[in-house]
Amino acid sequence: MVPIGYYLVLSAVLFVIGGVGVLSRRNPLQMFMSVELMWNAVNLTFVAFARQYLNMAGHIFVFLVITVAAAEVAIGLAIIVMVFRKREHVDVDDLSLMKG
Amino acid sequence: MLSTVVFWIAAVLAVVGALGVVTTRNPVHTALSLVLTMLSLGVLFLLLHAEFLAVVEVLVYAGAVMVLFLFVVTLLMAGVKPPREEHRMRLAYQTLIAGLFGLILFVLVLHAMVGANWVSTLAGPGGGTFGSIASFGTALFTRYLLPFELTAVVLLVAVIGVVVLGREQE
Repeated sequence: MVPIGYYLVLSAVLFVIGGVGVLSRRNPLQMFMSVELMWNAVNLTFVAFARQYLNMAGHIFVFLVITVAAAEVAIGLAIIVMVFRKREHVDVDDLSLMKG
Repeated sequence: MLSTVVFWIAAVLAVVGALGVVTTRNPVHTALSLVLTMLSLGVLFLLLHAEFLAVVEVLVYAGAVMVLFLFVVTLLMAGVKPPREEHRMRLAYQTLIAGLFGLILFVLVLHAMVGANWVSTLAGPGGGTFGSIASFGTALFTRYLLPFELTAVVLLVAVIGVVVLGREQE
């Protein structure tokens, strides 16, 4: 059997890679996909701990996270389409309306 | 023994997919990298006796959510021009700084894990029916019924929100 620490380290690696993606990408779609990667990393942690303590609460929580993530994707993509539909470049740096 | 081999293959593929998400330029390639990561995570969920979640991960995430992403990618990126030059100049160190912050975060998380002594072995073979779809359903519809009902509200809000946002602006 693989120790739980391996799963946790893998989850940390995926979470950090996702975070770097959010900070470094300028295409809003790719930023969004990096956020999805971070959701998934957290899900892996929940499932690993559920296995460690043999507790189904972790599985239920992952189920909720997946539902919320699906809702977030639907609304987030609708907003992105609305904002960038009439622009030449798909680039978050163009959204400087609130810059002082 | 076999589970160790499967773990390492899935883990390496997950990290490769994750690196693809943050490095590929074409959004379609980014989406496909993310699908690779999610499929690998589905395998890892199976290793951890999360049968239902493995199915959901593949069906909902790698299936539905990524199809939604690809729809929007094809909708938005069709007539898009390449990034402008002055943007590249202005944000020259963005990737470097992001990597630095990521490294700091990783070291902190790792430090917390080692401090909490979580690098122990897994608790024996899964106790009987733990993680089976039947036990998941029992937990979902008895003890955790209220959270399950609340997900219906979350999805309703998402549907209404998308309809409102997607309307033609007057």
